[in-house]
Amino acid sequence: MSFIDLKGMLQPLGAVKQLFKKPHTIQYPYETNKASDNYRGLHFNDLDQCIGCGNCSTICQNDAIDMISLDNIDGKKGDSGLRPRIDNGRCCWCALCVDVCPTGSLNLTKDYIFVTDNPNDFLLTPGLDNPDAKDRLSYTCDMNTSLSLYDRVPMRELDGKERVKSFAEVVLGYSEEEARAEADRCISCGLCTEACPENMHIPEYINAIARGNDDDALRIIYDNNPLPEMCGKVCTRVCEDVCALQVRGEAVAIRWLKRYATETAPTVEMIKEIVDPKIEEPNGFSVGIVGAGPAGLTAAYYLALKGYDVTIYEAQAHAGGMIMYGIPKYRFPLESIDKQIQYMESIGVKIKYNTKVGKDITFDEIYTNNDAVFVGIGLQNPWNIGIKNEDSPGVISAIEYLKIINSDETYDVGKKVAVIGGGNVAIDGARVSARFGADVTILYRRRVEDMPADWEEIEGAEHEGINIVPQAIPTRIIKDEKTGKVIGIEYLKAKMVAEDGGRPRPVAIEGSETIYECDTVIGAIGQQADFDWLPENYKEDLIIERGKIQVNDLRQTGVTKIFAGGDSVKYGNSDAISAIADGFNAVKGIDKLLLK
Amino acid sequence: MVREKETTLYIGPQHPGITGNMMVKLKVQGDTVVSAATHVGYLHRAFEKLIERRNWIQAFTLLCRFCVPEPDPMELTYARAVEELDNREVPERAKYIRVIVMELARMQSFMLWYAGQSGSAGLYLTPQWSVGDRNYILDLFEDLTGGRIYHMYIWPGGVRRDLPEGWTDKTLRTMDYIEKRLDEYNKILFDNTIFQKRAQGVGIVPKDKAIEWGVVGPVLRGTGIKSDVRIDEPYEVYDKIDFDVPTQEGGDIWARALVRKEEVRQSIRIIRQAIADMPGGAYYNKVSNPMKWTVPAGQAWAKTESVRGEIGFHVTSDGGNKPYRVHVKGAAYTHGVTVLEKILPGQNIADVSFILNSLGVCPPEIER
Ligand SMILES: Cc1cc2nc3c(=O)[nH]c(=O)nc-3n(C[C@H](O)[C@H](O)[C@H](O)COP(=O)(O)OP(=O)(O)OC[C@H]3O[C@@H](n4cnc5c(N)ncnc54)[C@H](O)[C@@H]3O)c2cc1C
Ligand code: SF4
Repeated sequence: MSFIDLKGMLQPLGAVKQLFKKPHTIQYPYETNKASDNYRGLHFNDLDQCIGCGNCSTICQNDAIDMISLDNIDGKKGDSGLRPRIDNGRCCWCALCVDVCPTGSLNLTKDYIFVTDNPNDFLLTPGLDNPDAKDRLSYTCDMNTSLSLYDRVPMRELDGKERVKSFAEVVLGYSEEEARAEADRCISCGLCTEACPENMHIPEYINAIARGNDDDALRIIYDNNPLPEMCGKVCTRVCEDVCALQVRGEAVAIRWLKRYATETAPTVEMIKEIVDPKIEEPNGFSVGIVGAGPAGLTAAYYLALKGYDVTIYEAQAHAGGMIMYGIPKYRFPLESIDKQIQYMESIGVKIKYNTKVGKDITFDEIYTNNDAVFVGIGLQNPWNIGIKNEDSPGVISAIEYLKIINSDETYDVGKKVAVIGGGNVAIDGARVSARFGADVTILYRRRVEDMPADWEEIEGAEHEGINIVPQAIPTRIIKDEKTGKVIGIEYLKAKMVAEDGGRPRPVAIEGSETIYECDTVIGAIGQQADFDWLPENYKEDLIIERGKIQVNDLRQTGVTKIFAGGDSVKYGNSDAISAIADGFNAVKGIDKLLLK
Repeated sequence: MVREKETTLYIGPQHPGITGNMMVKLKVQGDTVVSAATHVGYLHRAFEKLIERRNWIQAFTLLCRFCVPEPDPMELTYARAVEELDNREVPERAKYIRVIVMELARMQSFMLWYAGQSGSAGLYLTPQWSVGDRNYILDLFEDLTGGRIYHMYIWPGGVRRDLPEGWTDKTLRTMDYIEKRLDEYNKILFDNTIFQKRAQGVGIVPKDKAIEWGVVGPVLRGTGIKSDVRIDEPYEVYDKIDFDVPTQEGGDIWARALVRKEEVRQSIRIIRQAIADMPGGAYYNKVSNPMKWTVPAGQAWAKTESVRGEIGFHVTSDGGNKPYRVHVKGAAYTHGVTVLEKILPGQNIADVSFILNSLGVCPPEIER
């Protein structure tokens, strides 16, 4: 080949014909490019959907996302109140933030031209600064493409038919492999910790389980909960209600993971060995505690660790309060309670059983002989249903009934049982009756979705063949004229009426009287505290309002030396974990009072 | 001949005919190179070190940035190493998608090479065309991944998203278009006497030294040695696809150019087959929560045929949620340092960038 290769010299000139073709390029701004439906442009966040979990910020390897508070968004349970702000100067548009956003609120848009002469504009609070970008979403993430693991590792349970034959524990617990897999799902946002009355270190112990450090998990748990085995089995788990994953999928099984951790230490010795509690030297102060329910036990445990001389006065033969005498054993077995109590006693908590304050010992004596007193008496008296013939044989309150069964005594419910109420106590009464072979129906004033009982409890009841009749308002108990015994209950059907957009209220439908024939009626519409044992002079100073003792955030009552917690105080919910939180915080209060 | 004084010349660090900053220090006499030394350090971002501070999934977003013209093979090679450590199956569909992505990556990179190679020969029409045509491939990437250059699409376990609706048809149409355009490129570049004159006999990598020097990819195949990871140690589904690995004798820029030219046709062939044979089903074998995902302790070495030749990732895990060490071995180090320094002496200054471009050097990959 030489330079005179004419073809090779001239051929390239043929390219001139391209001049008459439409160019590839677009003439911005006369023409604009249409971004693809998948384009990774600037962020947009649906501020109402976002829960401020911060997962976007955590995954961002460029530290381009800060969680900031906005004027018009307040934190609440399940929402930190913070929202992501993107530093577009740092963002690399990997969109991992979108793929890990558990709610799906964070997306990328088709906006890819951003011009500004103000460098601060690079800080974009998506959703706030670009509300209109909502209509230009492109790179989004649904539950299939998400990196979040939305499906819970199912818990193995006894089959419904098997369950009703005995009081064997229904929930079988996670295997190690199942627990690790479930723990892996947690994104460690900590919204649960905020919601937990006791602010348990949930992400931390779940992380420990995920990493295979069960001992660490147990130590972390015992740091602020001395009854984790109980919580691991029966906690009301408000934490799970706010789990970031439950917005689109299933909450992490926080309760079952705690249960798993406690199951790795099956004996008192093992708990002691692993938790290795540090008991401080006696500090010379003594505290008397009324009631060995979760509140009293918790206060006692942490006081004992801190070197206080602690004595609990308990009216019953067994400690635990409602978790012993209320909660049925198929949910929380006796061995579990015993193990927890023995562990407490082993670190120095003294419990005087069968000692009812006001009868076996005076409150004055406890008050005078101790530097501080903690009152955790729970709610021992049931409310009446308030209908005709309630005093007939065959009508019993759920807590009395459960107490009899949990004390290993017998109560004959007959063949058919009606339970009145929609809470956990009602479900317990119903499921226990089913275990005695009874045909059980729950009558509840509102709709099933309004039932305050735990959904898993409702489901469990249904699996066990329990019939739920919603929107049923009991009107009278029908008794046999001769024997006086219950033979049925009459109720009115109700319609739900929402007034002024408020919560729908059941309103009885006239003429809808229905009779349910039954041998036993179990009332489960609530309990109240019994203050009869308390001398009048204390009652006044304690400030008891609507049946509950008033306390401050350190659970101190109107009487400096008296602290109180649990169901009988006006603070938090009426559940075990709130009682534990009360006990725990009262220790801080007592510390503050005595140790300064 | 008068003996001319030796002068030192610096080519770069700005763009001596390649993507990324790197400098070649030349000693020249007249306009002939006497010796050459490669100097890097202008864009050291410590990728390998940064990866150690990121979890297994976060790390994947860094990889594409090793080399602008061909980000995708980095993602694939890392993913394959991690999958080996984690014993993680990749769904069949994902393997086909990966192959398609790899070949699209090869094509778009080739288009960019077109631009650089002819631009550094002073032929400025080709860059105008090829960068434009490359954009049609980038459009496909945008539709598929949401990103044009950096895709962050292939990750351990499969690919990030399934193919969008209508994507395969659009891809096939684009393939037809590019195939037609290749004839036009022949006219302006490969049949162009100027390009031939500049490329033939220049920048020769000797066949007998090529293996010893560690030369890979089109540069190696341009010396007549048939070597390609896709054929030698097939991965994904390359063993189920018919294609040829072109070679050329001569070892000069021209030979390398002809190899690349043919490779694009082969890529089109591969893409068409992969689209036809691709099964349905899952595209991703989901890993655990990226924040917690741990990979069993061990070491893995994975390699793929990148556009510039064999690229390997040596990944070490200590069982934690972050890579303990990731070491990258690509073509750039050998070609840009060892080979370049050896073949430049004796060449004309005007050919330095031209040669450099033909070797397939990515400075960020040298610096890692
Ligand atoms: C049937 C039932 C099921 C429940 N299920 C759950 C559940 O699944 N999850 C959950 O979180 N919570 C549940 N609860 C609620 C939970 O049991 C209570 O919130 C919790 O036990 C309250 O703890 P406490 O320490 O305040 O009171 P209690 O547990 O009621 O304990 C109070 C203790 O004080 C003793 N006492 C009272 N007066 C005196 C006195 N004068 N002298 C000496 N001792 C006295 C009582 O004998 C009792 O042992 C349930 C309750 C019931 C009734
Ligand atoms: S990950 Fe989603 S829900 Fe969580 S803070 Fe970020 S945008 Fe909000």
